[in-house]
This record gives sequence, C-alpha cells and structure tokens, in this order.
Amino acid sequence: MTKTKDGLGALDQVAGNGLMSRRLLLGRGAAMAGAMTFANSAGAEALKDDEWSRSQGITSKEADPRSRFEDKVKRTLSNPNGEPRTQHARTPHHMLNGTVTPNHLHFTIVHTGAPDIDPAQHKLVIHGLVKQPLVFTLDKLARYPMESRMAFVECGGNSAPLFSPEPVQATVQQIHGLVSNAEWTGVRLSTLLDEAGVDPRGKWIIAEGADTSALSRSIPLKKAMDDAMIALYQNGERIMPGNGYPMRLMLPGFEGNMNVKWLRRIQVTDQPAMTFHESRNYSPVLPDGKAYKFYFINEVKSFITHPSFGTTLKEPGYYEISGVAYSGTGRIQRVAVTADGGKTWADAALQGPVNPKAFTRFHIPWKWDGSPAVIASRAWDEAGNVQPLRSEFVAQRGQTKEPVKNLLGFPNQHYNSLTSWGVASNGEISHVYI
Amino acid sequence: MSISKIALVAGLLAAAPAFAQSPGIGTKITEADVGAWAITVLPDGTNLPPGKGTAAQGAKTYVEKCQACHNEGGKGGPYAALVSEAPLQGRGIEAPKTIRNFWANATTVYDYIRRAMPWPNPRTLTDEEVYGLVAYILSENKIIEKDMVLDAKSLPQVKMPNRDNFIIKFPDKI
Repeated sequence: MTKTKDGLGALDQVAGNGLMSRRLLLGRGAAMAGAMTFANSAGAEALKDDEWSRSQGITSKEADPRSRFEDKVKRTLSNPNGEPRTQHARTPHHMLNGTVTPNHLHFTIVHTGAPDIDPAQHKLVIHGLVKQPLVFTLDKLARYPMESRMAFVECGGNSAPLFSPEPVQATVQQIHGLVSNAEWTGVRLSTLLDEAGVDPRGKWIIAEGADTSALSRSIPLKKAMDDAMIALYQNGERIMPGNGYPMRLMLPGFEGNMNVKWLRRIQVTDQPAMTFHESRNYSPVLPDGKAYKFYFINEVKSFITHPSFGTTLKEPGYYEISGVAYSGTGRIQRVAVTADGGKTWADAALQGPVNPKAFTRFHIPWKWDGSPAVIASRAWDEAGNVQPLRSEFVAQRGQTKEPVKNLLGFPNQHYNSLTSWGVASNGEISHVYI
Repeated sequence: MSISKIALVAGLLAAAPAFAQSPGIGTKITEADVGAWAITVLPDGTNLPPGKGTAAQGAKTYVEKCQACHNEGGKGGPYAALVSEAPLQGRGIEAPKTIRNFWANATTVYDYIRRAMPWPNPRTLTDEEVYGLVAYILSENKIIEKDMVLDAKSLPQVKMPNRDNFIIKFPDKI
C-alpha cells in the first residue's frame, strides 16, 4: 500500500476531506498503527505522582454520586425555576457516550409535575371491550414473566428548531435533547390483555396516567399486542419519577407522548378517543394547511454527537466522528458520514449489538487537515427507510416562515432529517445546513 | 429436545393458552367499580354523562373558575387562548392550533375540560358545568348557536370546522 508522508494509506481514505475507513477501527494492526501516528511526538511533561494518589480517597456511599468534576453534565431545563407548568429536561448527548442514557439524565417532559405515587397503593386497571376487567398491583405484576429490551424514547417535538429556514446555533442537547435510550424491563402488555380477553370489537386502547391531568393517548390494538410493555424498571432500577414511577407504557419506536407515564388505566375501545394531545400538539401541520393525524412512528434518524457545536477542535489531526442512530421501524442497517458537506460519503462502523428500535452508536476515523469542513451523518434501517436529506424533508414537510428564535418552542413535530456541523479552520463548530 | 417432545410441548401450549401466556392472577373488577376512573369520552359520544348545558350557564362558570388563567372571553393569557378566529391555512407549518381552526372533535373539548380542568384542581367540575363550559367555548368560537343545548346526544353531532383536513400518517399501523 502506498503511504502518504503522514502514514495514512491512500486506500484508507474512503471519502473526501480526510474520512478514513471504518475498518481502521477494527484492529487492522500495522495499518492502524501507521494511520494513527498523527500526534505531535514532542512535548509531554515528565510524569509525577499526583496528590490524590497519595492520600485517603472518598469512601463509598450506599448510592454513589458522580465525580464532582462531572457536575456540568446535566439536563437543561425549559422551566428552571420550577414554576407550576410544563418542564422539559433535555439530555446532554454531546457530553455522553455509548448508547445508554443514565437514568438521571434521561429526558423528561412533565406537564403537571410528577405525581408522588406510593407504589404499594398504585393500581393498573384494564377494562372496556374485554371479557373480564382486571386490576393489577405492583406486587402482582412482579410475579408475571418479565423481559428486558433496549428502546429509545423520543418526543415528537424533538429537533423542532431544525424546521427553521436558517440553522439555529445550538448544541446537540438543545436541538436533539428530547430523545434518550435505556434498557426497560417489565411485563408484555399482550400477556395482560390476553388474560382480560380482548373482545373482537376492540381495535384501540386508551392509556391514561395517574398525573394531575390524567394524560391519555389512543394506541392501536395492533401495537399493544405486538411489542408493547408495562415497564417497571429503567436501566435496572425502578423507573424514575419523571419517567413514570412506578410504571409506564413502553411502545418501542412510537412517539414519546404515547408511552404514557404513571400508567393507571387501559381501556380497550373500538375507536380512538382523539384526546387533547392527539387532537392538537402531536398532529403536524403540512405546508398546504392539512395535518397528519396520528404520527405514531419516530422515523429513522441520526446525528453526530462528537464533535459537535460547543466544542472546538484544538489542532488538526486525528479525531473520531461518532453519534447515534435509531429508527422506530427496526434495526439500523447503515450509517454514512460525510466530511465535505455531502459531496462524498463513507460508511461508519456500527457498534454492536444493533438492537431494533434502540440507539446504535456509529464511529468513523477522521483526519482533519485544518481546512473548513462540514460533517454530517445519514442513517438507513432494516425496513428500507432512509433518513431524508434536508431538501427532501423540507419539500414534504415545509419549514417555518421566519428563522426560529426560541429554541424551547415547537414550531412543528417529527423532524428526522440530517444535522450538519461546520468546522471552521480555527476549529470552531457551527450548525449549518447542507 | 426430541421432535416428539417438541410436539408434546406445543400441544400443551395450544391446549392451555391462558396458562402458557399468563399466570392469570389479575384481580377481577366490575366495569361499574372502574367507574370513577373511566372518564374517557369517545368521538361518537360513548361515555358522555347525563346532563346538559348552555353557553349562558357556561359563561357564569367560566368567569368563576377559568378566567383567571384564560382571560376574559377566552382570549388567552397567561394560559392558552380558547377562543380565536385566526385561520390555520396560509400561516405556515407553525400556525398556532386552536379549538376553532384545528380540533377535529367537539367531544375532545368535553373530555379535556372534565379530566384536566380547572387546573390545578381537576375533576372538581360537575358534568353539567362541563357541558355549559363546552357550549360557551364552542359558541364564542362561532361553532354552535348561542342558544344550543349540549348533551350526550347533541355534542357528538357538532361539526368542527377543520374536521376534514386530516391525513392518517401511518394507516397500516392501525
């Protein structure tokens, strides 16, 4: 293989502006070693024994806090003073890695405050078009067959600032902070519905929470009998209050708001209820003034988290581009990355296991030469869906008349087009469109 | 496992599906005892309670229990406007959605007021008060006549102006 003077094999460059083969990440020995010798070899100071290595450390606690140096890694709040109205808390994706969102950083949208539910008193009722209405306590549910699965939850309004005709200058957290990914453990809803005996006239379920506003959503029975779950645990511990303690409906791949929290009632019906939320917020308006009714699925999507807006590349050389991809219609099959604003693309490596309807992290090595670059990712899923280019998306769904100024607003719903980051020659990163 | 054993297990599963799929330990309850929780109103009027109300009755309740948040005549501020004649069409994909320009079903107004209002003391209105409030809001929005009596029979028949402007996004999922 011909080597360039920096050690990078010509064949390792797979797309424009320094994108390198994902195979370099798979331990290709010598080629990897050659390709990675970009760092300036001058300069590290002589090593010394630090103070914290020579004194008594922190004694473990019953529930350990994070390092004090990680205090800045936290959710951003739409209602920081905790006024009695909706609170949106967004996940800091640009400060996390892997695929699992830690429980205290999982996004939440809570409209009337999280109810302070005593799990010993909480009940779930299943009734309506069933042979036998049933009530379940948490103790009873704990005796049912449990299963665990990875699943993302995404608010229909996630990424809404990208409906702006001009790119908003904001972090991944501000733009995409209303999606998170966790391992959910609970009881299959179909098990409980089978026990109650669904009447053949039943076509929908109405799920309702025990929150002050008794939030309710209509879900097709088809989904309820497919992979819906009554989730009791989130990443191994009981579900957080903001995510529905002690139980929530988990509808993998479906719009976040439909995953009803603090679940207390499921009614089987022959028609949807057209509740407040499905009648208003979650029906996206189209450019011609018509609107979608029931936008069930969060469609295939990806975004680069590292590097991204808010960080600065300090010097030219090797970086890894990585981010998350997910689809409400199955497994991620492929993620392509560009470093030249979409002229050329290279396939990124997918970190396994690639779970359906869950985050998949992608990686690709990149040698930044210090000149302006535009990086972006694009995902495909196993159902044959592809993340739309922005021009394709806007042609169908439109954009706002005026540039979006309020990053906390929701000018429309269900944005799944690309996110592009412009890297300036000084290393600063801005949000751009391609 | 041998083929005969698989067949035997499969046969048992088929013969006793309830046991195979569920421990069957849910506690039985009557539909009547679900009562207080069963507040969902369906678009065809299913589960609308007895009683009736008019805009005049609703106007009185509105001033007492709603106006502090939704302002005089439902014009909005500090919380959402309930009365607005602004159209949806022609104002872009970010057009504010209102009861008049967007909501497809009059039953949704009843369902939402009864379940969630008056915040933060929801489910304290009588069923008749809710009928009156719905009549008041629909009348102020010029969707029904001022003297129309709303009840379980008439409310589902109210035609909302934007009702026919919706497209089912994923029909194969229903």
